[in-house]
Amino acid sequence: MVAVRPRRINWRLAEVVDVVPETPRTKSLLLEVPGWEGHRAGQHVDVRLTAPDGYTAQRSYSIASAPEDGQLALTVDRLDEGEVSPYLTDELMVGDRVELRGPIGGYFVWETKDGGPLLLVAGGSGVVPLMAMIRHRAASGSDVPTRLLLSSRSFDEIIYHEELESLAARDDGLKVVHTLTRSRPEGWVCYGRRIDAEMLGEVAWSPEESPLVFVCGPTPLVEAAASALVSLGHEPARVKTERFGATGG
Amino acid sequence: MVEGFFSRGFRGRRRNQDPALPPGQYLEDGFPVLSAGPTPHTPLEEWDFSVVGEVDEPKRWSWEEFRALPSEEITRDIHCVTKWSKFGTRWEGVSVDTLLDGVETSAEYVTAYCDGDYTTNLPLEEVTGGKAWVAFAYDGEPLEPEHGGPARLLVPHLYFWKSAKWVRGLQLTAYDIPGFWESLGYHNFGDPWREQRYWGD
Repeated sequence: MVAVRPRRINWRLAEVVDVVPETPRTKSLLLEVPGWEGHRAGQHVDVRLTAPDGYTAQRSYSIASAPEDGQLALTVDRLDEGEVSPYLTDELMVGDRVELRGPIGGYFVWETKDGGPLLLVAGGSGVVPLMAMIRHRAASGSDVPTRLLLSSRSFDEIIYHEELESLAARDDGLKVVHTLTRSRPEGWVCYGRRIDAEMLGEVAWSPEESPLVFVCGPTPLVEAAASALVSLGHEPARVKTERFGATGG
Repeated sequence: MVEGFFSRGFRGRRRNQDPALPPGQYLEDGFPVLSAGPTPHTPLEEWDFSVVGEVDEPKRWSWEEFRALPSEEITRDIHCVTKWSKFGTRWEGVSVDTLLDGVETSAEYVTAYCDGDYTTNLPLEEVTGGKAWVAFAYDGEPLEPEHGGPARLLVPHLYFWKSAKWVRGLQLTAYDIPGFWESLGYHNFGDPWREQRYWGD
């Protein structure tokens, strides 16, 4: 075997060039990262904060932007008890700098050459790495048939709502289905419950169409969705999952 | 480290002043779940555990045979590469020393293989000498499937992806063969005290 010593993924400074509120709890940070080598949709970065006395805290955040986009976008969900996310959503302003390293992760990734059909299942901010895939698909002019099933707590908490609507309206093979688990506006016609096998049976490609499946969200949603997909006959090896716990951030 | 940089307005919560917390980690009270695919559910009557590879004679235990082996209670801190650490986790399991007892081998590495096709690689000396177990209980209860039940490898001195869930056996090898995450950008050894998270760390 040839011993290859891979290059270290070094920390570097990115500059905040825009802060975009997505929902009441969620903001996207658009970052200029000098020398960014590019990433694959689905990867993440580590972000590190340093206090004046040298104390540091680091967390991982999924990349929301497509590889084709000029800036790196991270979408951060504010966790009230968190140490890093409230700083990123409440404190950080345009012109500030933030330390990060990446891109990281080589499994939960999709490129247009991987083909489809693509089934994307997300809960809350679990949509972030899937949005990178959807943006990559759009930016590269791909027509890979793609379905996104997105579970949000309420209408106001749907992340990327308008952008998803306009991408779906292009009529190039992207379909977006919403479910709202806590409250629904009057006249809501999409789903109004947690993701379950019946819903996936209606929304998902059939196992015979052997879709590539990406599921991302809080653990209970991922467990439920992944188990339901397997019970519907999808091959476990084609169901990729990424989870986040109820705490942390 | 980007020399001299600090984050304007960041003070932090001073949660990682504890010397038991490796660099870059924070303390977690819950038990987050991380895995790359659906949770496998292998019935116990179909479950077995094997030691194969560079051994004179492979070994195999059914669930009942495995559970009849001498087991130990283990209390250790665990450290996940996704930054959380959890102190004083309580497990019950069979020491890898017990599983390798009487095995003649010249192997220097081991690959743990699992339901769901997950693998992870370790130097043999990192799983022997009281450093690793095949755990079947957590906090006094049978190990839940989402946490790796019926049994998972427990190698608490390395990042927790090395503690492979749903483990079904150990393959002893003469060469080091990178496992699942080790092939996908994560560090081959994974020492949390040296912050060996990713390739090249």
